[in-house]
Amino acid sequence: MTGNKSTQKQDAFAVKEKIFRGILYSAAIIVLFLVLGFLITLTIHSQLSIKEYGFGFVFGKVWKPTKNELGALPFIVGTFYTSFFALLLSIPFSLSIAIFLGEYFKEGAISTFLKSSVELLAGMPSIIYGFWGIFMLVPIVQKIQIALGIAPYGVGIFTSSIILTIMILPYSASIGREVIQLVPDDLKEAAYSLGATRFEVIRKVIIPYARSGIFAGIILSLGRALGETMAVMMLIGNLNKIPKGIFSPANTMASLIANDFAETTEELYLSAIIEIGLILFLITMIINLIGRMIIKKTSVT
Amino acid sequence: MNKTILKTKKLSAYFGKEKVLKDIDLSFPEKKVTAIMGPSGCGKTTLIRCINRMHELIPGATITGNVYLHDENISALNPILVRRKIGMVFQRPNPFPTMSIYDNVIAGYKLNGLRLPKDEMNTIVEDSLKKSAMWDEVKDTLHRKGSFLSGGQQQRLCIARALAMKPEVILLDEPTSALDPKATSKIEELIVELKDTVTILIVTHNTAQAARVSDFTAFMYVGELIEFGNTSKMFTVPDNKMTEEYLTGKFG
Ligand SMILES: Nc1ncnc2c1ncn2[C@@H]1O[C@H](COP(=O)(O)OP(=O)(O)OP(=O)(O)O)[C@@H](O)[C@H]1O
Ligand SMILES: [Mg+2]
Repeated sequence: MTGNKSTQKQDAFAVKEKIFRGILYSAAIIVLFLVLGFLITLTIHSQLSIKEYGFGFVFGKVWKPTKNELGALPFIVGTFYTSFFALLLSIPFSLSIAIFLGEYFKEGAISTFLKSSVELLAGMPSIIYGFWGIFMLVPIVQKIQIALGIAPYGVGIFTSSIILTIMILPYSASIGREVIQLVPDDLKEAAYSLGATRFEVIRKVIIPYARSGIFAGIILSLGRALGETMAVMMLIGNLNKIPKGIFSPANTMASLIANDFAETTEELYLSAIIEIGLILFLITMIINLIGRMIIKKTSVT
Repeated sequence: MNKTILKTKKLSAYFGKEKVLKDIDLSFPEKKVTAIMGPSGCGKTTLIRCINRMHELIPGATITGNVYLHDENISALNPILVRRKIGMVFQRPNPFPTMSIYDNVIAGYKLNGLRLPKDEMNTIVEDSLKKSAMWDEVKDTLHRKGSFLSGGQQQRLCIARALAMKPEVILLDEPTSALDPKATSKIEELIVELKDTVTILIVTHNTAQAARVSDFTAFMYVGELIEFGNTSKMFTVPDNKMTEEYLTGKFG
């Protein structure tokens, strides 16, 4: 009797376990299909453009929808230009904030205040950044441009990069803070006991230990920069040409798609815009994969 | 009588307002092993962390009284210099996981930004690893990370790292409590060998270990020094009733 009961109980457990596993697996499979689905949809809808322009689309320098001359290079360049410039500008700031919050001021009023400010920055809608850029940043950039003796557009690569810097900063800063806080006290103590100063401990023990996590944060923020649409659209000048310099107006892939998508019913044109979406999707994926590989290589454990 | 290298005078230590060490007067003889014993929480770790000025790194932690190294008041010295002269090995082995075995041994110099010629570094690494009885085990894997080492090997690597700074004193805080018996006896052998070159203070919970490795023993109880003396004497005829009870396992 009792034996029978306990096997029944075990059977019930086994069933629950099976259901639970089933849910987990199906969630994973759904995500996989979603990614594949995106890729397939984008590819199908860009067929027309792919057939018309072939691989040359990626290197085409001219974007003239009226003449059916369509090339993606200006937007690829614009995207990389703004994203990497923003990344470069953001690293010193986000690393400083991460060290400040993760090692120097782990708790207390200053730290709480700074932490919530960083979180607020991360949660702010990008249209607000766009507005702020137009009303605050553009006039300042215009002044700089006048002082430098160049045409005072105000909008362009430089302005967009600054806004992107502020927008991506919270991501790398908060991930950086988390991984810096995870560095074992053991190791810091060992370094202090050998006569290291606090600065030396940070530079030679904490950062090397946390570097793969710090790097992960940077890659995540790069992903955000590559795909940011609204704020960039408001500030880049939407000039569909390869940018000539840092102050030049330009356009990015995401911003072009948002701008032009609704404006056309012409099939080839539409298909070219979707192909740009496909390229953006692939670039983001490749950067994430490379990032993951580097993280794996530099990881301590 | 033995020459004294290190001494504390009315040393008290605080965490905030809480006094955890009470007027400790101790003299540590040069090139001997002194064991510091006592029940958990009695202040053993705090005592040795006052000696290399690590105590003051904890927010709110302070001391009163003095510590002298060769009659020099260590609070008048640069704490960084004190820590280079007085090395430390911790309860849990803590080699730097980001560094190779070689870099771990030489870490004290690298962390401090001290530049040495390559061959001098090689000599220091080899000597230190030999002194910590590690050389034969790792000489072919010096440039690999130390994460594949066993716990005992990792702890000996930490001892080598401390020895590389050529300290006058080494503080060991329960260095074997995380290790198996075999690794423990290896480290005990090492301690006995090392006392020819360096003064050793070892915190231990294990009375048998104190008897095996130490020349002198200090027995502490809730922040106070109860008894200090020759180990063999203290273990046979202790002066204090409390020491006797601790040694016979009645508490602790
Ligand atoms: N960081 C700290 N902050 C506040 N109090 C502390 C801190 N570290 C230790 N203490 C207290 O100081 C007293 C002495 O602690 P200490 O670590 O020196 O004891 P111990 O003899 O080394 O003990 P154990 O044998 O468990 O290692 C204890 O009462 C402990 O609770
Ligand atoms: Mg302790």
